Amino acid sequence: MEHWLELDGLGLTEGDVRIVENVTLKIGCSSTAILGPNGAGKSTLLRLMHGLLHSSAGRIAWPRPLRQAMVFQRPIMLRATVLANIEYGLRLRGHPSAEQRRRALAALDRVGLPELALRQARRCSGGEQQRIALARAWALEPQVLFLDEPTASLDPASSREVERIIHEIVAAGTKIVMTTHNLGQARRLAEEVVYLEGGRLLEQTPVADFFTLPQTLAARDFIREEVG
Amino acid sequence: MQDVAASLALGAQLVAAGDARLLAIIALSLEVSVTATLFSCFLGMPIGSVLSVGRFAGRRTLIVLFNGFMGLPPVVVGLIVYLLLSRAGPLGRFGLLFTPTAMVIAQTVLVTPIIAALTRQVIEGEWREHREQLRSLGASRLRAGRTLLWNARFSLTTTALAGFGRAIAEVGTVMIVGGNIDGVTRVMTTTIALETSKGDLPLALALGAILIAIVLAINAAAYAFKQWAERRWG
Amino acid sequence: MTTPDNVRRALVAALACFAIGTHAEERFITVASTTSTEQSGLFGYLLPIFEKLTGIQVRVLALGTGQALDLARRGDADVVFVHDKPAEEKFLAEGYSTKRQDVMYNDFILVGPKSDPAKAAGRDILEGFRRIEAAQAPFVSRGDKSGTNAAELRYWKMAGIDIDAKRGSWYRDTGSGMGPALNTASAMNAYILSDRGTWLNFKNRGDLGIVVEGDSRLFNQYGVMLVNPVRYPQVKQADGQKFVDWLVSPGGQQAIAGYKVGGEQLFFPNAK
Repeated sequence: MEHWLELDGLGLTEGDVRIVENVTLKIGCSSTAILGPNGAGKSTLLRLMHGLLHSSAGRIAWPRPLRQAMVFQRPIMLRATVLANIEYGLRLRGHPSAEQRRRALAALDRVGLPELALRQARRCSGGEQQRIALARAWALEPQVLFLDEPTASLDPASSREVERIIHEIVAAGTKIVMTTHNLGQARRLAEEVVYLEGGRLLEQTPVADFFTLPQTLAARDFIREEVG
Repeated sequence: MQDVAASLALGAQLVAAGDARLLAIIALSLEVSVTATLFSCFLGMPIGSVLSVGRFAGRRTLIVLFNGFMGLPPVVVGLIVYLLLSRAGPLGRFGLLFTPTAMVIAQTVLVTPIIAALTRQVIEGEWREHREQLRSLGASRLRAGRTLLWNARFSLTTTALAGFGRAIAEVGTVMIVGGNIDGVTRVMTTTIALETSKGDLPLALALGAILIAIVLAINAAAYAFKQWAERRWG
Repeated sequence: MTTPDNVRRALVAALACFAIGTHAEERFITVASTTSTEQSGLFGYLLPIFEKLTGIQVRVLALGTGQALDLARRGDADVVFVHDKPAEEKFLAEGYSTKRQDVMYNDFILVGPKSDPAKAAGRDILEGFRRIEAAQAPFVSRGDKSGTNAAELRYWKMAGIDIDAKRGSWYRDTGSGMGPALNTASAMNAYILSDRGTWLNFKNRGDLGIVVEGDSRLFNQYGVMLVNPVRYPQVKQADGQKFVDWLVSPGGQQAIAGYKVGGEQLFFPNAK
């Protein structure tokens, strides 16, 4: 399989704290879940990949440039209509306004919220806002989508809906890298697992193997604890 | 306290009578201070936004400077603008001294730092919240600053009001650059100062009460608008 | 989100309206004068007559004489109309004007507590000043280089009192205009030198009343000068000169004599 993202000795130190340390990793499959306990550096690693943070050591290489987008744990909406929020990202990328409108409406359709187009985004429920955030990202037609705990603050029904949408995004050919706490979610959505602890990469394993035969003791303990 | 009550009654009478000269003075006060506040917003809000989202050498110095300039003494601003606009000064040939335009310029100088410093605080909060999302979407810092100004538009009404409050209430700059000329540059505050110096304290107080009532009414209206807007836009 | 175009356009339009609104072209001259002429109500009476006659609006800056002359020295007035002859002559000598003309006079009065603790009452201003100093009775000075302030300092000197050496806590140098100084005197129940016009229009008198008046030395001469257009080409020479000429003309002089407060004439025309 061809790799589309390579991390080489990647590290991020803030003050004396090493948040991410010497991570070397190649990502080639279409859906990757980053797992690990709290404070493992999952979100930081995701932000380093997306370019929101600058590493203090090592390097990130994209063998060929890919369009990226990201969905955060908590959806952040501008004080404007749902449609305007989705169009904003398209406008930043210089799409003509007719195209903005067409793509924004299509994205809203795909997340199942076409009736919200003219509602004020910040007046929508948390679950709706997260789906709007997915539509906003999807409208950009990214080749890679980063998702940071996309269902962590949602109720079960909204979580299911968000997972359905993520599934569709992957099915439509977008590669995803997501952090999650939810092992079931990783199992349902990811092809492979990247396991982090204390800012270090402990293993990178196909998802089926990870849950049946984790390579490291730490991962085994983690799975046992999370499953309860 | 009896004096105060009598003055309030007098103020109400003056307004009820609709005295043309009083109304003209009120209108000029509002025109000058509203214009100055608008100019200050046009200048100060982008400055405040750049100060909060920008990353450039001297940013901290500028922040301290604008914070400090929030307390510019009106008399000093008046004096500086006077020297600039004076016929012997560099801008003398425009003949602006002792006109409402001069008062607008002086108040703009006075109010812009206030708008800039308060805007910076508002936009810094917005920037904390939206920074990652906006950068992920590909917004440059400058573009993000513009977006956040629009996004914070309701909070910024309070900022504009703070500037307007300073403008409408000050007497030092408009006295110096306007000259308190009857029918030309006489505004509420300079009228109050004049009536005080004539020893007509009840009239001065009555005019003061009218000024305060106007400022309160504008603030109440803006507050109601902000409440409504925040309910509507979230 | 960017500001929608219609909002931006509306704001720009509003700004433009304000800017244009404040630029209405009018024919006017700027006169630097004293608080006494403005606050006594003389200008409020006189200027409409002149404006009706000539169509020239007169914009008055009411300041102390010293301040008025300084403002004119910067060329920021077309005409000065003040009351401190030595200072006016200095202004002439410096070349800021080429001609000074007498217009009118009024008089100063010594105002003080009706109980007159210093026993300063009478018709002799110098004796009054000596008694105030002897009694160390509270005295409020303008201290602002105005014509009235200059006159007050002259009276101390003429009374043989070196006020700079003799001043103590009884002598309050307030650095303020006639009105504010009268307010201070009223609050402190102090003596103060005032021009009669401002006093007659002053409302917050408290326990103060006139203590000395009628001394010929209390005579207060007003003069008018056109600012030298050679020094400042922006000076509105023709219209300014019209105002000066009118003030000293029979018509102007008659108008000045016609201004009364409570039936009392405040200013006495004496142009030559």
